[in-house]
Amino acid sequence: MTSSPSAMAQLNTGQRALALIGGEATDANLRRYLHGIPGIDAVGLEQRAADLGSRSIKTSSKKWAIDKIISLIDLTTLEGADTPGKVRSLVGKALTPDAGDPTCPRVAAVCVYGDMVPHAVAALGSAHSAGTDAGVNVAAVATAFPSGRASLAIKLADVRDAVLAGADEIDMVIDRGAFLSGRFGQVYDEIVAVKETCRRADGSYAHLKVILETGELNTYDNVRRASWLAILAGGDFIKTSTGKVPVAATLPVTLSMLEVVRDWHRLTGDKVGVKPAGGIRTSKDAIKYIVTVAETVGEEWLTPHLFRFGASSLLNDVLMQRQKMTTGHYSGPDYVTID
Amino acid sequence: MSFLDYAPAPESQALLNLRSDYGLFIDGEFVAGRGEPFQTINPATEKQIAMIAHANSADVDTAVAAARRAYAHTWSKLSGSDRGKYLFRIARLVQERARELAVAETLDNGKPIKESRDVDVPLVAAWFFYYAGWADKLDHAGVGPTPSSRGVAAQVIPWNFPLLMLAWKIAPALAAGNTVVIKPAETTSLTALLFAEILQQADLPAGVVNIVTGGRETGQALVGHPDVNLVAFTGSTGAGRAIARSVAGTDKKVILELGGKAANIVFDDAPIDQAIEGIVNGIFFNQGHVCCAGSRLLVQESIHDDVIDRLKARLSTLRLGDPLDKNTDIGAINSAEQLKRIRELTDIGEQEGAERWSPDCVLPDNGFWFKPTIFTNVSTSHRIARDEVFGPVLSVLTFRTPAEAIAKANNTPFGLSAGIWTEKGSRMLAVADKLRAGVIWANTFNRFDPASPFGGYKESGYGREGGRHGLASYLKPAASRAAARTVNAAPAARIAATESDPKTPVSRKKAAK
Repeated sequence: MTSSPSAMAQLNTGQRALALIGGEATDANLRRYLHGIPGIDAVGLEQRAADLGSRSIKTSSKKWAIDKIISLIDLTTLEGADTPGKVRSLVGKALTPDAGDPTCPRVAAVCVYGDMVPHAVAALGSAHSAGTDAGVNVAAVATAFPSGRASLAIKLADVRDAVLAGADEIDMVIDRGAFLSGRFGQVYDEIVAVKETCRRADGSYAHLKVILETGELNTYDNVRRASWLAILAGGDFIKTSTGKVPVAATLPVTLSMLEVVRDWHRLTGDKVGVKPAGGIRTSKDAIKYIVTVAETVGEEWLTPHLFRFGASSLLNDVLMQRQKMTTGHYSGPDYVTID
Repeated sequence: MSFLDYAPAPESQALLNLRSDYGLFIDGEFVAGRGEPFQTINPATEKQIAMIAHANSADVDTAVAAARRAYAHTWSKLSGSDRGKYLFRIARLVQERARELAVAETLDNGKPIKESRDVDVPLVAAWFFYYAGWADKLDHAGVGPTPSSRGVAAQVIPWNFPLLMLAWKIAPALAAGNTVVIKPAETTSLTALLFAEILQQADLPAGVVNIVTGGRETGQALVGHPDVNLVAFTGSTGAGRAIARSVAGTDKKVILELGGKAANIVFDDAPIDQAIEGIVNGIFFNQGHVCCAGSRLLVQESIHDDVIDRLKARLSTLRLGDPLDKNTDIGAINSAEQLKRIRELTDIGEQEGAERWSPDCVLPDNGFWFKPTIFTNVSTSHRIARDEVFGPVLSVLTFRTPAEAIAKANNTPFGLSAGIWTEKGSRMLAVADKLRAGVIWANTFNRFDPASPFGGYKESGYGREGGRHGLASYLKPAASRAAARTVNAAPAARIAATESDPKTPVSRKKAAK
């Protein structure tokens, strides 16, 4: 088995996965590999997360963190009631988070359902990044989000649609049913197929975020295995949650995923992103995540390419904190715009 | 700017209202000591915090006499529930003044504020709450019905957890109905004297707790005093041995919590990320000034290199510096004397051929500091693998099988604590069963709870603190009158009856303890 980082770096994603798991991506091979990964002690993990959460981020560090958080947000609307108007409003907010302060950075992306992608692209206009580093990305949830309960053909069509409409990023869900019943091969193959469908006509790829739905996986060991599985299959990002089940992102879950990303980087030299989504509503919480990223995988992960917050209400709380830091006093919810 | 250079976040000292001089706390009042006062300094800056009174043997006499009076006339006459009320009151006052106590502890001891704030002071309150609950339930302490207290307890505590060790000693003693004369460590008297203010606030009857500050000879005068019934000591094995010698032949009950050289055993199936945290917490918590610190890492050979790589990466994120900064992980070494000892032992470690490693970090100019240090290629015969360093120094050894891990872990004159890291529950229990140590942590380290007994095997001491066992140390079986009332007083009851009288010399049962 190949394991030295330099040798690993020579291989493409598929070859690398095969080299690591020691054969084809069958249920048995994947189980052997995933169950060979060291386990997680829940009490210890939660203790570590709580310790990281107790860092005291003040003055200049807080100011930096607040702007950084804004630039890492995937501003999200995922409602059955979404309309083109709602999406336009969301895009407006993404481009000008604080109407009263032009120095406020833009968010990283807007995240919408597939059928809203054309409206988001249109609303962004020239501010759409469209593969460049400048501007705001459009992320689309796909693969029968949030449940993922559809045939592979439907899931792939969903992805294809969004990519064709100009989505820069695809947020897919894994088949939790298959994962929990041990059909790791099926989960792996689906991620590989979705990744291939993210390929555009010009040969470039839409960024693939793989949603593990950690609230349904239930144990930290499962989260860790699903994280490895998603990374082995070629996910660019691993994401905690859809935001549609009761338990969404938590700091311990995100920490455990960051540890996988750190170990993958040690093993291969590649950098995979992490996106906690759902349930992060305050600046105070978001700062705990920023600290956890910096102290676990390193500060270089604090870039939109490698870390995102999936959130909607977080932005306004961060903006109120930002105004407080700029003006010295609290403003209030009437001084930030709703989208 | 690098985000990880967090902006300073110092805890405010504004809450502190320290005096420039502190007297002895005897019979409910602060009084001048008859010895030469000494200064207590902040080990992070070497600046003086306050002058502390020095108790000579005459002061110790006064203090013991006050404790005896309070025992005879007040404390032993109170009902358990009334004693409990005082302890609850003390616990609540500790919580109310928690921030202030934490800042004072950090100033005087050098430990990071996050530890004094999140560990020491909350545990102090927890200890008083826990034993407050026991005060009216002594029948269930495990020494038979209607047990009695022992009398005046002489207690000598160390500098590593000044206020917490005080709580470990005072809370069970008072709950059981004893009165106390306690001597804090010379370098860390400050929080004990703030605690004396709390006792005044709580209206604790005069003389129930007396605090005498001073050096080694103050402690010797106290434990050697003819009118104390019990000696409780936490500190080095050398000092503990001297105390055991000095009280030999008297009827004083002795509880000793001494040194340790704990093995932290990491099996190849350990939850690796949590094990790394546990190793770090085991030896770098409180700058390694912990008697139960996991100073010997025993790691299975198959994962040795991986563990060391991860450990080094983790150590590089530790933040050493101003103990009052809320983000500081490693504070100052408590005294110049301790720093010297750590330097000596680590130099010997290098000379003996072990490989030394420390992360890059800048040490402040003033104060006493030592970088977190790990030694690899350590063998069991090296002094850094045998002697207690009592500093942020980890010795790494390897093993191949569980049997070898157990043999190496037990191969020490100490036996205070040990750690086991494995995902396999059956192995955890099987190994714990064979380790000769008083406290064994599994998949965690350095966790304390008032309900759990704590104490050592072999040269780590005898007697237990914490939990029901810790309470029982401060009690003896039923008083003679109660035993006589039993219709068929069995021989065993008669033995118990002789032991119960505080004036009766030597009891054979104590040797059996």
